Amino acid sequence: MKKNEVPQDDANVLEGKFKPLKYATNEDGSYTHVHTVGWEPENLALEQAWDAIHENLELIAQEIARGDASPIKYFMEKCLMEPPMLAQYMGISRWRVKRHLKARGFARLSEEKLRQYASIFNIKLEELTHFDPNSHD
Amino acid sequence: MKIDFEHRQSAHCETGVTSNLLNFQGINLSEPMVLGIGSGLFFSYIPYIKLNGNPGSSYRIYPGLIYRRATRRLGIKTRLVSFRSADAAMKALDENLRKGIPTGVLTSVYYLPYLPSQYRFHFNAHNIVVFGKEGDEYLVSDPVMEVPTRIHADDLAKARFAKGVLAPKGKMYYPISVPSEYALKSALIKGIKHTAKDMITIPVPMFGVKGMRKLARDVRNWPVKVGEKKARLHLGNLVRMQEEIGTGGGGFRFIYAAFLKEASQILNMPELNEIGDEFTAVGDRWRDFALASAKIFKQRSNATAGYGEAADIILECADKEEQLFRRIRKLDFPKP
Repeated sequence: MKKNEVPQDDANVLEGKFKPLKYATNEDGSYTHVHTVGWEPENLALEQAWDAIHENLELIAQEIARGDASPIKYFMEKCLMEPPMLAQYMGISRWRVKRHLKARGFARLSEEKLRQYASIFNIKLEELTHFDPNSHD
Repeated sequence: MKIDFEHRQSAHCETGVTSNLLNFQGINLSEPMVLGIGSGLFFSYIPYIKLNGNPGSSYRIYPGLIYRRATRRLGIKTRLVSFRSADAAMKALDENLRKGIPTGVLTSVYYLPYLPSQYRFHFNAHNIVVFGKEGDEYLVSDPVMEVPTRIHADDLAKARFAKGVLAPKGKMYYPISVPSEYALKSALIKGIKHTAKDMITIPVPMFGVKGMRKLARDVRNWPVKVGEKKARLHLGNLVRMQEEIGTGGGGFRFIYAAFLKEASQILNMPELNEIGDEFTAVGDRWRDFALASAKIFKQRSNATAGYGEAADIILECADKEEQLFRRIRKLDFPKP
């Protein structure tokens, strides 16, 4: 990659927080540093990863409305977690976490466990017990 | 409390932290030199491990190894500790700062509020240097950023005790004694040989150029095997591993080319400079792979043919890299 060919495709994914370094070549093939604000393939890859997460959140909200899934499934996805990781944070087994992702398992949860989930998701207890998807867009 | 620590921006976090920590000890080695001596360049594709639903892949070696190999080869003694509790980990960090030791710390990107929100996935192997504390805030040299930054103690504690794959467990590390003279040439040669060996000889089809070929086979089949949507996400994950903050572009191949060029001067081996140019070309081909993938991301459907094109580029990179590393292995290195 030549130094004058380092792409500068700004999709504001860096929020102006900093400009990463890329290694690029001078005319003689030696290397220099060039700052970049982004490149389209990276931006698209990141965008579609987030799109998939948002699609999942909508699907889960529908599952909750149907009475199949629990709000824990929603916030787990929102916090970009998967059951094994959430189980580690909770200090319980994966299969128990998986049970809590369903409405039936969720209904049997103690307040203590609910509080623990809420603190991991960094939300209020009410957001779990009175789930409202519209307040989490 | 603030240690006089020079922050230098780098492309990658671990090489940057290592280079900056060594610089503080009076050993001035560039980021590419650290990558090369620490044998940081690699490739692995482990589809059995899924990260956020995508097959695990990496253009570098296992996190932590670059620092360990580079310091070992330079004869630098270092301390590396992990902890059971966040309390103990934070106390030990404070104690280090009080003694004036800038300290490398392993963190999860998810809990670093100073990073752009869209990048904050649960990636547990981000390296930073902590070099001071003011009130409830720590002074942080995050090498991917242009200038030092700050983080609240609560956030840093969370970041150091994130859970999941590669959980950092409060790990921190710092050089404790530096030799007055270090054998740079032999460290370089060891680093170069190790990478060349690992890239072509590991007899498991997940690592080195064999890993690339396996990846190419799988990429070709993804649209049929896992469906168009998932295939696109898998491909997107590869592009992110290759290009997103931290690789210098082309999945570390450009930084490695820069290293070979620096090494060619020090070892007085013009051939390494030529091979460096060839690595620049390989890096450019990896970027072509990202561009081919971007075409698929844009089409959003019926892009099955595009996967074949992307797979072909990976195969080409594998062939080229195999050829280059074989050439490196045949080189006549000076006896140190």
